[in-house]
Amino acid sequence: MTALLSVTGLRKRFGGLTVVDDVSFDVAPGEVVSIIGPNGSGKTTTLNIICGTLRADEGDVVLAGERISGRRPYRIAELGLTRTFQNGRVIGNLTVGDNVRVGLEAVQRVGRPFPRLRHLVGLRWIALLAEVGSALIPSRARRRQDRADTQHVVTQLDRFGSRLAPRVNQYAYSLSYANRRRTEIARALVSEPRLLVLDEPTAGMNPTETAEVLQQLLALKAEGQTILLVEHKLDLVMTLSDRVLVLDDGHVIAHGPPAAVQRDPRVVEAYLGRAFAEGVDS
Amino acid sequence: MDILLAGLVGGSTYALLAVGVSLIFGVSNIVNFAHGAVFAAGAMMGWLLAAVLGWPLWAVLIGVVVFTSILGLVIYLVAVRPLRAAPGIAVLLATFAVGIILDNTSQRVFGAETRRFPSLLERSNLELFGFRFGTIAIVIVGVSVVCVVVLAYVLARTRLGRAIRATSQDAEAAAQMGIPIARVQAIAFVVASALGGVAGVLVGMYYSNVSPSMGFAAGVQAFAAATLGGLGSLPGAIVGGLILGVAEAFGVALWGDSVRHLITFGALILVLWIRPGGILGRVPTIASEPMTGTFFGAGKPLRLGRWPAIVLIAVGALLPLVAGDYLLRTGALVWIYALFALSVTIAGGFAGQIVLGQAGALAIGAYTSALLVTKFAWDFWASFIAAGLLAAIFSVILTAPTWRLRGHYVSMATLATGAFIAALALNLQDVTNGARGIYGIPRPTLFGMPVQSAWGMYLLTFAILVVALIIVARLGSSHLGRTWAAVREDEVAAAASGIHPAAYKSLAFGLGSVLAGFAGALYAAQITYLEPSQFGISLSVLAVTIAILGGLRAPMGAVIGAIILVGVPELFRGLSDWRLLFYGVLLLLLILLRPQGLWAHSDLLSRGWRRLRGRRPAAAGEVREEVGR
Repeated sequence: MTALLSVTGLRKRFGGLTVVDDVSFDVAPGEVVSIIGPNGSGKTTTLNIICGTLRADEGDVVLAGERISGRRPYRIAELGLTRTFQNGRVIGNLTVGDNVRVGLEAVQRVGRPFPRLRHLVGLRWIALLAEVGSALIPSRARRRQDRADTQHVVTQLDRFGSRLAPRVNQYAYSLSYANRRRTEIARALVSEPRLLVLDEPTAGMNPTETAEVLQQLLALKAEGQTILLVEHKLDLVMTLSDRVLVLDDGHVIAHGPPAAVQRDPRVVEAYLGRAFAEGVDS
Repeated sequence: MDILLAGLVGGSTYALLAVGVSLIFGVSNIVNFAHGAVFAAGAMMGWLLAAVLGWPLWAVLIGVVVFTSILGLVIYLVAVRPLRAAPGIAVLLATFAVGIILDNTSQRVFGAETRRFPSLLERSNLELFGFRFGTIAIVIVGVSVVCVVVLAYVLARTRLGRAIRATSQDAEAAAQMGIPIARVQAIAFVVASALGGVAGVLVGMYYSNVSPSMGFAAGVQAFAAATLGGLGSLPGAIVGGLILGVAEAFGVALWGDSVRHLITFGALILVLWIRPGGILGRVPTIASEPMTGTFFGAGKPLRLGRWPAIVLIAVGALLPLVAGDYLLRTGALVWIYALFALSVTIAGGFAGQIVLGQAGALAIGAYTSALLVTKFAWDFWASFIAAGLLAAIFSVILTAPTWRLRGHYVSMATLATGAFIAALALNLQDVTNGARGIYGIPRPTLFGMPVQSAWGMYLLTFAILVVALIIVARLGSSHLGRTWAAVREDEVAAAASGIHPAAYKSLAFGLGSVLAGFAGALYAAQITYLEPSQFGISLSVLAVTIAILGGLRAPMGAVIGAIILVGVPELFRGLSDWRLLFYGVLLLLLILLRPQGLWAHSDLLSRGWRRLRGRRPAAAGEVREEVGR
């Protein structure tokens, strides 16, 4: 099995409440997998565990053959998994361009010497001090890298047409809600991650904006980007996904291609409701 | 057994104070630095009522409670409420300013000397299991227990209590549900201050003397107790207070009074290392995600163009041509403090960590340089480098486990570190000469010549400051500055983008400590003597105040802040008695009028400037207007 991400036996308890209970699934390279389910079914918690924001009580997460469960979020980002957040977390007092540049930290090599030492307590300081040196006296390689970074940022912003590109020097707090989410997606994408994790990318967007995001995500999929998605808007999920995972009460209750999942009686019972299922059938 | 009892008695007064600190923290998320001053004012009022007017104990207690309750309300109305939209640190500094004002007003009213407090009760009339104690001990413990029990009942069972608990969990939601959170917060201040007043009377009775200046130390002790137990947790405050009281009583009995702070802050550092949330507190596993739409555009720093900068440097460098020795000595001190405050600019302005322990790094730098020069005959410049390095190494190691935490925990942990280092300087007599201090520190040498004159020191400190400013400004505008900004604004998002938040916070603090260590070496050479008492918590707070009032985000802010907060009061030395009071009022006014700092974008001024100049971008002229020189 050549899964890019494989999750096995994930379990998380908050006090006496088991929020994620024995969740297992795989994501193959180039695949788009969605997690759906009612509110409180453990979707975001599952994502937070995969991304290292929370720690699992049991279970393993493996990214491209490397175990990432229990690792810190910045390590996981370096290994090629980046994410967006449910409510959006752009950095308000940085410009749009700088927000996206922050996303390059995970893959930044020039000007951040001795990457291996960065993960060792104490020795980390050699790398940090070298970085201070390169910040004070930028080398030629560093300046070349800065220009390349700027180019990367522009490429990412162009993905959203004229929405973001003209606003590259505006502070992120001055952006509209939808543009903040776009900025966040650009920040997650700029490091060219192996796996992009999106937590409700269209939450709070109107139908037009949602349709626009769908087009952009389809374009990403066509480029071969692997995506793990949590989303409530089923039209988007069903159009975009190769496979859908349905959670209820922390359990996986269904798993398969969108069309099959939609007809699964347990899913209808727990989440979709009869009207939706009948609408699909007719 | 006697020691244990003394510890419990002392501990129960700490607990009373800590409960107040915790209550205010819980309801308004503020560390109230005026709490100690309220306690001292209560003690002095108690002295007035009991010793001068001869009131009985119950009347004294009631009188003091009424007095300190009003004080609490005034503090809330003057220093807290007007700043409800400002960042938390502004409120902290405002309460600190109020504390200074209260302490010094009380000194003017009651006189600065220590007064004898009548004990009002028997000291050793009872005997149990073979050791003697007095009604007074029982009353102190009893009053503390009653106060806490009543408070706990009110919190758990009444409507007001529910309102307080709701406000402490989510003030915005509480407000939407119709809870008048302003009134709830005011009540928290009143109740906490009333408890503080009671503690003042009890402490006065037990130790039988009181003075207006006893508040600050007690207030810090109370923070330590509250943090030890878990900030915001009332049972935690009690446990923390008792543990601290007993530990101190035993420590003081064994090694003398000078170890008091060593024990307090040593214990605090240890607890924060092992259980960062405090003994009964917990750091939440995952902070709620910020809702989009709640951002504030914080004060944007001004950028200084190349030419205005060169002009300012020239003006600074040419000052010795026109100024007298006194002004130049003050000037050198101002530049040293500016260098010191730059350390806060890096840690606080760039990386967003409000550090309250920079006096510790300054002390290490000062002592390192002074000892190397006097005892080991090192060259000043070698000792200067060593001062910066040692200050950074010690600070980084002592705070290493702290950086996983955020917000107030970082402030409290660094405060403990700074105070711990000052306490070490007092107790390591063999190395630092303890309380007697080090005298006759020689001036630095340059090219083999000692720099003796006032203008020599002035130019030397100025040159070092300018180099430091350039370096810090470069750091701030480099890619490292962006990394720090990401950590400052949203640690979770930064980590998800591959940034190691703890490493970069630690780096900012370490680099800041290098500057503080350098400033310490210059300080030792300028003042020529060192004593541990110079490096108290007030000095750390001064560094933060300078940086914040000047403008936290830009290095120039530290310079402007130092000119105003160190230079101006120094010129009023003639008014020695009123100087601190004046300083407190100045501080409070500055915070209330410009919480974002002087060196920051101001709509009003830039609009006026543009109208004057026909839309030219705002530059240095605006600043000169603001500084008013």
